[in-house]
Amino acid sequence: MNRFVARRLCVNVYGLRVQRRNLCSDEAAKVAATSDSGQKSNGEVKQSFTNNDHQYDVAIVGGGVVGMALACSLATTPLTKNLNVAIIDSNPALVKRDCIKKEDPPDPRVSTVTPATISFFKGDYLTLIAYMGALITKDIGAWQYIEQHRHAYFDRMQVMVWDYTGLGYTRYNARDVNKEVLGCVVENKVLHSSLLSCLQNSDFRKTIYPSKLISMTLQPSSSSTGVDNTSATALFTKRHLAKLELSDGNNLYAKLVVGADGGKSRVRELTGFKTTGWNYSQNAVICTVEHTKENHCAWQRFLPAGPIALLPMGDKFSNIVWTMNPENSKDCKSMNEDEFVQTLNHALDYGYGPHPKSSSWGATGMFSWLGRDVTISANESFEVPPKVVKLASERMVFPLSLKHANEYASKHVVLIGDAAHTVHPLAGQGVNLGFGDSLALSRIVAEGIAVGTDIGEVSLLKKYEAERKPANVMMMAVLDGFQKAYSVDLGPLNILRAAAFHGAQYIPFLKRNIISYASGEQRLPLP
Amino acid sequence: MFPKLLMRQLRFLRNRPLLNLRFLSDTSTTPSQSCNSTITPNKLHNHSPSSSLNYLELAKFSAIADTWWDSQGPFKPLHAMNPTRLAFIRSTLCRHFRKDPYSARPFEGLSFVDVGCGGGILSELFLSSITISPMKPLARMGATVTGIDAVENNVKIARVHADLDPETSTIEYCCTTAEKLLEEQRKFDAVIALEVIEHVADPAEFCKSLASLTVPNGATVISTINRSIRAYAAAIVAAEYILHWLPKGTHQWSSFLTPEELVLILKRASINVKQMAGFEYNPLTGRWSLSDDISVNFIAFGTKIPR
Repeated sequence: MNRFVARRLCVNVYGLRVQRRNLCSDEAAKVAATSDSGQKSNGEVKQSFTNNDHQYDVAIVGGGVVGMALACSLATTPLTKNLNVAIIDSNPALVKRDCIKKEDPPDPRVSTVTPATISFFKGDYLTLIAYMGALITKDIGAWQYIEQHRHAYFDRMQVMVWDYTGLGYTRYNARDVNKEVLGCVVENKVLHSSLLSCLQNSDFRKTIYPSKLISMTLQPSSSSTGVDNTSATALFTKRHLAKLELSDGNNLYAKLVVGADGGKSRVRELTGFKTTGWNYSQNAVICTVEHTKENHCAWQRFLPAGPIALLPMGDKFSNIVWTMNPENSKDCKSMNEDEFVQTLNHALDYGYGPHPKSSSWGATGMFSWLGRDVTISANESFEVPPKVVKLASERMVFPLSLKHANEYASKHVVLIGDAAHTVHPLAGQGVNLGFGDSLALSRIVAEGIAVGTDIGEVSLLKKYEAERKPANVMMMAVLDGFQKAYSVDLGPLNILRAAAFHGAQYIPFLKRNIISYASGEQRLPLP
Repeated sequence: MFPKLLMRQLRFLRNRPLLNLRFLSDTSTTPSQSCNSTITPNKLHNHSPSSSLNYLELAKFSAIADTWWDSQGPFKPLHAMNPTRLAFIRSTLCRHFRKDPYSARPFEGLSFVDVGCGGGILSELFLSSITISPMKPLARMGATVTGIDAVENNVKIARVHADLDPETSTIEYCCTTAEKLLEEQRKFDAVIALEVIEHVADPAEFCKSLASLTVPNGATVISTINRSIRAYAAAIVAAEYILHWLPKGTHQWSSFLTPEELVLILKRASINVKQMAGFEYNPLTGRWSLSDDISVNFIAFGTKIPR
């Protein structure tokens, strides 16, 4: 449902690293050789670059799905495909190509990708313009790789969201907005390896550093000025680049550093961007479960302790994202499997009163004055989620928090994805906001290149911030509002919530707008 | 009521030191005239900056350059204008030279000259032409760029700054004038003179020099300010006296050219103006955009008629 940034173990595959390093210096030598035709003067400077420090146009710190999506997007946009990009991530999956086999156990971490993201991946030009007002002329082409693996469109997809009090429910159908799908659930490892394949099959100049970022210098201090002329020149040359020091001893210089390193972003910390946010006193329990038959519907039930969601993953598998208070999450992790499945089924279906009924309040009639164009799903009745028969993966527990960087951009540095914003997983929007960031950034970098701007120029990067911040803040506010509305169990409020559900279920324009907003069209769910 | 307020405002501003004169005063040692007389095909480009400038000078110029080129610094609105002008230049020149607009370096193989303050511009006011000059962006777009300026310190500062980026270190800077360049029989595929013509003594002669520098069927791009009431209010009263984007006295309203006059003098210099656009500033977003309104700032693209 959401993307959880697992703190990756720094696996230090020594042999691999050495091999990589050789490759890197070769690359740098090549770059140096090609780029200094007609400037013999800077020979010494180039020499010093070829040793252990390399120059790049863009350094993406964090090769997770959002960082890789940015790389893919840059690789496929005509204006940016000639950029020289470094990707810094200690995740061994980036260097070692392991195929994902169909019979492999499903990854408990999944992402719900919205139609906007799907068209970003497919490079569906027209749809993209409709969704983002964006102009990407070539596909990033990662979707074809995803389609080779397990994924599940919620095609006849219905999202059943209901209140535990049994007073209200709402059901969305893709056909309400004349679309085929409302989204697709993809395992994170599938998403990641698809983006990696996409990148590796392009002739993009990229270097992957299986390493971690130690420190970053944006403006080298003038106190370290050398006395001799060569070092002075070198200093002036490097002054307008950000310097990154990596844990494997490599030093990189880049015009633009992209922080795509997740919620605990090192780039954000090193740049000194402040964040605003709070911890929800909630943990999410994530696991994969198996049913007796295939499921095509996504379900979400709002329980007093937090929402529980069941997302179809294809092949009878579903993903569970269950939000609860920290003590209960510990119990859930420690209890045995049968017990857990039993508790899970109970949480999905029972307790807290009857199932909501479509006829309660005679609601269809009540809102009929709003127009005859009743949405298809308004007449569909409540469905009980399918029974879980067994657990298919380990149970993972993540604490939940909201965090938003006050700034996304400064000279040479920009934040994307979870590094800029972490949200509550309740509508699976986190990773989609991140993809939105990647798309916007690559477009703005292309715009900058078109008019010959330095891509580390702060005025250019602020344009990205101005575009993404309002969209992200809006989504965060909506999700946080949901979370807050459900953290109180009070009679009148429960009725209010139920009324809201009825509104969302039966008022056609409201419903369409909610679906559009959740699909990644950047509008408020209100007209 | 309003004029009185305005007067008070102006009186107040007059007492304040001009922010750019402060850091210019310690470098503006070379008067522009002396440089004109020395015939300097001063191709600093072939030397490393350290050989032509000593280290102290380098540091000093670099400090000035940093302030000028800081896009968030005192000249922010002027910097903001550059991408808009370049968008116009890029699209018209891509079409004219039949280059792929989706390429990152569409002007590869073309030679451009950016004519700085060619005529008798005040020596203190050299900052605007180099700071917001389109040379560096054009060099990033693949063009072989030559930048000329009559003020030697200008050229040095520009050199230091261009060397910071390997992509722009190929720019050739010359301390010379358009006329001098002409004597050297230099020709360029495109000649660009942005916000310069309003500072030259004889615009018609200047246009003739520009035309002679252009190869037949080459392109000429000129931007300037219209001689309109709105331009007086915007470019002189607002930009110089109220907002302090430019030092007072930068522009003389009487030396501005109307678009009709520009088209005419270019025609006489055998350049056909093919396209014209205006610039519009949005004070809320701080962004410039291209528009059809040419009543204040405007840019013209023309082609040289082959003889």
